[in-house]
This record gives sequence, C-alpha cells and structure tokens, in this order.
Amino acid sequence: MRVTLKIKRFNPELDEKQHWEEYDVDVEPNDQLLDALNKVKWYDDGTLTYRRSCAHGICGSDAMVINGRNRLACKVLMKELGKKVTVEPIRGLPVIKDMVVDMEPFFAKYRAIKPYLINDNEPPAGRERYQSVEDRERFDDTTKCILCAACTTSCPSFWANGQYVGPAAIVQAHRFIFDSRDMARHERLEIMNDTMGVWRCRTVFNCVEACPREINITKAIGDVKKAILEGGVGG
Amino acid sequence: MNYHKFDAVIVGAGGAGLMAALYASKSANVAVVSKLYPTRSHTGTAQGGIGAALSNLEEDHWQWHSFDTVKGGDYLVDQDAADIMCRDAIETVLELEHMGLPFDRTPDGKISQRPFGGHTNNVTKQPVRRAAHAADRTGHMILQTLYQQCIKNDVQFFDEYQFMDLLVSEGRVAGIVALHIDSGELHVFHSKAVFFATGGWGRLWNITSNAHSLTGDAPAVLLRKGYPLEDLEFFQFHPTGIYKMGILITEAVRGEGGVLINGKGERFMLKYAPTIKDLASRDVVSRAIYLEVAEGRGVNGQDYVYLDIRPDVVNKYLTEDGKTNPDGSPRSITAADIERKLPDIADFCRTYLDVDPVTQPMPIQPTAHYAMGGVPTDVDGRILMNTDNTPLPGGFAAGEVACVSVHGANRLGTNSLVDLVVFGKRGGIAMAEYCNQVDLPPLPENPEAGVQAEIDRLMANTSGVPAAKLRKAMQEVMMMNVGVFRTDQLLSEALEKVRDLKKQFANVYVGDRGKRFNTDLLETWELHNMLDLAEATTLSALNRTESRGGHARDDYPQRDDVNWLKHTFIWQDGDNYRFGYKPVTIINYEPKARVY
Repeated sequence: MRVTLKIKRFNPELDEKQHWEEYDVDVEPNDQLLDALNKVKWYDDGTLTYRRSCAHGICGSDAMVINGRNRLACKVLMKELGKKVTVEPIRGLPVIKDMVVDMEPFFAKYRAIKPYLINDNEPPAGRERYQSVEDRERFDDTTKCILCAACTTSCPSFWANGQYVGPAAIVQAHRFIFDSRDMARHERLEIMNDTMGVWRCRTVFNCVEACPREINITKAIGDVKKAILEGGVGG
Repeated sequence: MNYHKFDAVIVGAGGAGLMAALYASKSANVAVVSKLYPTRSHTGTAQGGIGAALSNLEEDHWQWHSFDTVKGGDYLVDQDAADIMCRDAIETVLELEHMGLPFDRTPDGKISQRPFGGHTNNVTKQPVRRAAHAADRTGHMILQTLYQQCIKNDVQFFDEYQFMDLLVSEGRVAGIVALHIDSGELHVFHSKAVFFATGGWGRLWNITSNAHSLTGDAPAVLLRKGYPLEDLEFFQFHPTGIYKMGILITEAVRGEGGVLINGKGERFMLKYAPTIKDLASRDVVSRAIYLEVAEGRGVNGQDYVYLDIRPDVVNKYLTEDGKTNPDGSPRSITAADIERKLPDIADFCRTYLDVDPVTQPMPIQPTAHYAMGGVPTDVDGRILMNTDNTPLPGGFAAGEVACVSVHGANRLGTNSLVDLVVFGKRGGIAMAEYCNQVDLPPLPENPEAGVQAEIDRLMANTSGVPAAKLRKAMQEVMMMNVGVFRTDQLLSEALEKVRDLKKQFANVYVGDRGKRFNTDLLETWELHNMLDLAEATTLSALNRTESRGGHARDDYPQRDDVNWLKHTFIWQDGDNYRFGYKPVTIINYEPKARVY
C-alpha cells in the first residue's frame, strides 16, 4: 500500500527553522514505521535522519511523535497509521537534526535520582542477597524502563517546566526506592519531594499512554507520592 | 585536531565494554567510546538468561557447564578458556546480583534458574536449571545494572562517537580515531591501550536478530590493518526468529516447555535429538528446521515451522516426558506463567505478528544471530596477532567481537552473557595492569589523515549507487548461500557476488552532503566494513571442508577431526587473503560423536 509520510524536518546546516516535507512510499501493512522511514532514507532522501538500533522496541532509540502520539517507530505498524502519517521529533528537548534531539537534559535527570543500588553493607560471601518473590515483585514493572524518553517528552508538566524531573526519572527512582536491597530510600524520596520532583505530576496519564513498555507510570508515581506522605522523608 | 588523552579507550558500551570499564577504571584513566548511547547497546536485547552452576534449584557443577560448552561447540572450544568461563560465571553472576541486578527469585529468595538448550545434568543427560534470569529481559537488566554502576563510579563516556580507526605506533597500540556524530568532526583519542567491545555483525545477513548497528566495525578495521580474525566460518543461526522479521524468540520458551511443531503437526525434534528434544543446541535445531522445510513439512508448504507454548500443548508433552518440579511434583504451565515469565515474547508476538502465544503457535524460522569467531584473544582479553599467540601490545577485546575461544563451532544459549561479563572483567583488569606498566607511545604522524581520506573518497562521488542497494544484495546472498547449509558451489557463487559488490562500492553515492549527524555517510562506511567481513567469512567457509557445529557443508557432511580439529586464522593482504591454523586446547574432554 502507498502511504504519505509527512515529516517535520530540520537540517542545522541549512535551515533556520523546522518545516514539513512529504514523501510517498510503498509499504506492507505489517511494516514498522521504522521500515518506512528506512525506505525513504535508503532509496529517496539520504538526509533524513533519526536514531535506530535494535528495531524491536528494546533499545529505546527511536521515540518520535507519530500521528500526534509518542511512540517508538519500530513498535508501530503501518496498518495502524492510515494513509497519511505525520512524524515529528519528541517535544521538549532541543532538536539537533530531523528526529534527532539532544538527549543530555533527559539523561541528566536520570543521573540526578542516583540510579544505582546503594547498599553499603558488605554483600554476603559466596551467595546472593536474598529477596523474597513478593519483594522482587514490588518493583518489577519499573525495571522494564528502556530510557526512550517517550513518557517524559509527552508530559505537559515537563513541557511547561523543563526543570521537572519527569516521569522517566521517577520510574527509575521507584525501581530503587521499592527494592528491598536498597538503603537510600530516604535520600531518593527527598529528591522526589523537591519542588521539581514528583509533585509536579498532574496525573494527566500521557506518560502511561506513551510508554512502549506498558509500564503503569502513574501508579509508580502514586507509589512514590504515598511513600513521601507516609513519612519516608525527613526521618 | 580534537585531541583526548587517556590511559585506555574502550570501544563499545554493551556488557563487555561496561564490565571492562568498571574494572579498568579502578586503577586507570579510562574513556568509553560508543556510536550509541550505552543503554541502546545490543546486550540489552538478550532475553532468556545467563548460565552459571549456582545449583539454586538442583544439583549442578561448573565442570558440567564446561563440558556442555565444549560439546555444544562441537569440540572446537579451547577447554582452558571454557573452564575459566564456567568457573568464574558463578562469582560473576553473584557479583551482578550484588550490584543490584533484579534477578527473578526462587521461593526461598535465591536467584531463580531455568533450563536452556544444551545445558545438562552430565549424569542423567537431562536439561538442568542453570540459566539465571530476570523474566525474558535478562540482557536488559545486565546492561542497565552495569550502566548504573558506571554512573556510580564516574566512568567517562563519549556517547555517539563512531570508532573509525585504530592507531598503532612503534608496534604498540596508541589510540583510536573516532567521528563525533553530532558535529561530524574527527577526534583523536591518544592512549596506551584500546579495548574492543563492539559486538557482532549479524547485519551481514538478511534475516537477523541483530540491531542495525551490528556491522563489525572493529574487526573490519583490524582486518584491513593486517591483523587476523579467527573462525569466521562459524556464525550461529538461532532456530527461533520471528518469521520474515528475524526478531529473536528466546530459547527460554522451550526452557519453559515450548515445543517445535512442523506443518504435519509433528513434534519433529524427537527425530533429531531423542534425549534432549527441543532443547538440543542451536545448530542442531536450526538444521532440523531447514530439513523439515526442505522435505515439504513447513507450515502450509512455506519456509517456517511453529514454536508452540500454548499451555494445553505444552502440558501434554510435559506429562508425556514425565517432567517434574524440583519438589518432585509434575511440571505444568498456565497462561499466567507465560505472561509472567515471558512478557516481552508475548508482547513481540502480539505487536509484530498479531499472534497471541497463549492461544496460537508462533511462526518461526532460523535467524542470523551470533559470531562465534572474531578477534583472537587470550583468556585475559589480549588481542593475538598470530597463531603463536603473540599479543598486540595494548590491544584488548572481549564479548561477541572476540574469539577466546569459548564457543568453538556453536555457542550454547546464555553463554554470550557469561562470556561478556567474565572476559569483560578479566580483560579490564589485565588492561589496567598493562597501562600501569608502560608509558604513552607517541602518536603516529597525522593520525586522522587515513580516516579523512576514506571519508573524502566516499563523499567524492556526486552520483552513483545507494549503499542500501548494495547492502541488500549482500544480505540476500549471505542468507541464501552462506547460511545454515553450505556447499562449494553456493559459497563460490557468494564469493563472486560479494567481490562484485565490493567493486560496485567504488561508485557508491552518499546523498547527505552535510557534516552534522550524517548517518548516511556512516551507514555507507559500515557497509564497507560489512563487505570485507562478508568476503572473509565466505572464504573461511569455503576453506573449511568439513561440517562442525554452525558450519554445515552439504558436500562435506562429516566432522573431520583428523584434518580440521583446529582454529582458522584469516589475514587480508591487499586484495588477497591467507590462512593460518592453531590447535584446539584440549584438557579433559577428548572429541567424540555429538549426540543429544
């Protein structure tokens, strides 16, 4: 089937500002949008630029705004998108070229929540730290995050204030706050309790809609808010 | 000149690169250079588990793991290296847990383990629960955990810098040239040592589980600079890729009880591996699928078969096989188990196939998956320059790009992850020691001039053939002719075709004329790398006139230990290639017939 891709383009070496360009391309219904973009890039216009790697929704390279929604180009099939498909870079991060945005502000927020296990006790010799099946289950959902930024860049609170840590960083904080092996719960809840922390979330649910890993992000944010209110901070 | 000075540069930020970075940075000043953001690396797509004889659910021994690895590799494995890997796997998996890796748990809180292809109880010959797992995203959790530790330990990253050249002066490694993708500028990293952890090159083939980025940049550069590559003819085709797409469906599906079914509804692995059945090693299963299809027993006469994890089907066979849980009760699975233990597989099938694995079988075909061969190294990651084991001073490699060789002619499932953490760590430690013993070699004159000339040459054509067209032709001929089954004729045709494509590459046209984020140029340069590796792979496959592990020659169907129990080294020398051979290290396990 023949579809039209309407793509928001920006070439930093030529353009003052972003503009739309249209490409007609033949695709199979089960092709990914990434396949369609590749066809344009490989056979029509080599300047079209986007990140991609694994092409099956795990590496997190190709988050884009597709028909108005944040999705991974490799995780949406052409048959879902209709005959005319709009493709734009994710919002709220500086555009470098076409779909490529500067991810550094996003990763800076990730680093700010101390995204690593903190446990100063010497681990047991010759064996693992034990953890019950139930304790492991508490943070299972948030371990799925691939840092694609689809959630954070779909969030109106983040668009309104780029200082907000955003849903992805809260998801990452949740992954450690609710890990029974971690000892920095208070420290992380303090970070989450900051004015640019978890309270900026207005439960718009865009993040849940955007997450290609189907993480229940609003629930994770709710868990963190609840932990703060239950006296997790200041102690 | 954009100039950086470090003790060591690590190229690639997947599991091997990050593990090396964590250890090397304890006592050396290290930079990690990657063409991707580290969390995009392909380690993250590994699914089913990491093997280690933890014995958390049943009796197991690292020696059993080592024997399985040797047998799985069809006796081409260097047994000293396999012993190190399987012994160190235990402490290294525990170390990953201590770093925070969220393994699934047993009822008593230990790391959970599941069966995987070719991993056995050496006494009963039955599958053993050895694969430590985090649902079906074990690789994702390894990559995340190692990156987290790198952040904690302030490892310095150069993200989206593409490796272009290795610098050597006075016979020692002196650094690399990398292209900063955003600016298009070349950067020189001047260092005492370089560690390659760039992964594999599955993109040589049409149907592959591999990411677009897996183009073999480091081995191709090493080959062109006159260093050897080892055992390139051994490339693994994983039996269960999603039909036509190649996306991996983990062996853990079969570990959890899934079965392969042909177009006649038969569980055909009973014929090919009567003892271990669907959990035979990957080369055996991939060949079985090809033979079923060739004999007209594909599904609907097509070139695929079914992988079936539907609970009613699985439970019927688990009962037939008399499978039990560790407590002795009969094994069975439910729909909820599939959602919990294999959530990503269920998601892939629903997203890409409109197939719900709980109620429908999955159409699968073999998919190009893993390079057993690669840059020859010793057991501490030192790159070897010849069959006498002379190291390249300052050169290190680990993970899929390297050939230690722990995988021999066929890698067992889970052993890629074991390899990259164990040898990433050992290599990182050895590299730091090396850096602390030597001074910084001088840079060669005009260190970036060679790369700049190559780029200028690629950009010189103002019209011509797009790289994508040549790449597609290469991938198709590699799939058809250098795939699961090979013959002299198929390989000779492939060689001719690849050489023709190399000629056509002179007329390649890069459509993006800019400097910044010019991925068109970089994809073209990557094709250059892949064409060299395709030629060297095909030549290595032509050269080996026997069948062993992943290298199956229809015209030489038997393993030939008299003439071919040895590793192949291949060198590029201008337009010519030459071969050398190195004996296999055999310690405990004399080669014998391989039966599953």
